[in-house]
Amino acid sequence: MFYEKLNKLKEKIIEQGNLVESMIEKSIRGLINKDKALLLEVIQIDEPRTNEAEIEIDEMCINLIARFQPTAQDLRTIIMILKMNNDLERIADMAENISESALFLIERPMVKPLIDLPKMAEETMRMLKDSIDSFIKNDPKLAKSVCERDDVVDAYRDQILRELVTYMISDPTTIERALHLERISRNLERIADLATNIGEDVIYIVEGKVIKHGRYKEGEGA
Amino acid sequence: MSDIVLKTENLTASYDEHIVVKNVNLSIIRNKITAIMGPSGCGKTTLIRCFNRMHELSPKAKVEGKVLLIENSNEIIDVYSVDPMLVRRKIGMVFQKPNPFPTMSIYENVIAGYILNGIKLKKSEADEIVEESLKKVSLWDEVKDRLRKKGTFLSGGQQQRLCIARALAMKPDIILLDEPTSALDPVATAKIEELIEQLKDTVTIVIVTHNVGQAGRISDYVAFMYLGELVEYGPTDVIFTRPSHEKTEEFLTGKIG
Repeated sequence: MFYEKLNKLKEKIIEQGNLVESMIEKSIRGLINKDKALLLEVIQIDEPRTNEAEIEIDEMCINLIARFQPTAQDLRTIIMILKMNNDLERIADMAENISESALFLIERPMVKPLIDLPKMAEETMRMLKDSIDSFIKNDPKLAKSVCERDDVVDAYRDQILRELVTYMISDPTTIERALHLERISRNLERIADLATNIGEDVIYIVEGKVIKHGRYKEGEGA
Repeated sequence: MSDIVLKTENLTASYDEHIVVKNVNLSIIRNKITAIMGPSGCGKTTLIRCFNRMHELSPKAKVEGKVLLIENSNEIIDVYSVDPMLVRRKIGMVFQKPNPFPTMSIYENVIAGYILNGIKLKKSEADEIVEESLKKVSLWDEVKDRLRKKGTFLSGGQQQRLCIARALAMKPDIILLDEPTSALDPVATAKIEELIEQLKDTVTIVIVTHNVGQAGRISDYVAFMYLGELVEYGPTDVIFTRPSHEKTEEFLTGKIG
């Protein structure tokens, strides 16, 4: 009874993870290929779907706790799914932000060729995918590797910002477009942070260890 | 609303002028598990004993209002205007303490409803009913080689499953379970709970329990009774997370009961 319901919940959160992952991919592909329809799909179809699913997953978690009073790993799983659910919904909002800025940018000349941004997006999507995979496979090693890769995405964001600032200083007509590019990079960086959260959640589910706020670096996660 | 199998209309039950169930209007949904919960003395057992006319067997007991049984064919039976034996065949009951008939074998216990009602079964028919009923309660493999032994030799959990098989053998529309696990250990309890879950495809289950955890684990719908009144009734997911009545909230959070 309980495990049947818990498995359904797991399937549902994985489905949500996959949907959110595809939203980021579409928003970046829409930017690169100047595909307006794809960007609108993220905003008008996918994002409302994630909102619905978020509410449904919340309810499933609350019902399971209320009806079965789970303990130990079962409890950790449900509580962490509740947190992941929140983070995934935030990621969907960020994919929407990216699509909105992309819609602005594809109608105008590019400030600069897109080189670092697609690489940053790829790394971010890999982190998100691995964090969800680590949940599916109950793999704390993979989860930890996600947490460690956050620095790579941070470095991309700093690099992109530096570059955009030089463009804005030399030609103020680029400012609005540059700010949209910066918004995309900032959202990608936040997505990577949330993927890290999911990685931390998976480690807590499997090992019961808290590795948040850099505790894994000092080996305090016991 | 889904398919209703049993409906009470202004049902009131009393013992010797003392009213224990007050004006209850309740619709039980077919092929679902409905749990009736509430503190001791709230009238939950009396309520289900009115469903199959067991209440009137107690001295000075009185029932007012209606109980309607709606059959698969949509035929409506007014429970209090037909032969009580017919009602009890259609609405079976399992009690708190396992009570296999002590003089009967396991085999005879399963078909006891037929024997006691004077219904003659062919040997092949009886064999089939016994096997099918014992399989439904997952007892067949454990007892098939000792069907002629007394049912009282079984463990408590097995005895309770035998009693459920006995109720199922009559092919009832509804089975009423009155605290069916309160005399059992946790392992036997888990087995019975699992069994109840499996049975709902073939029969509607109404279970009385004072155990909030059990109501939460196994039921699709919950009715909460307090001082003889039906306070709240609805899907278990809703009642357990956001009950509308203060009394339900107090009961679920352990403040009363």
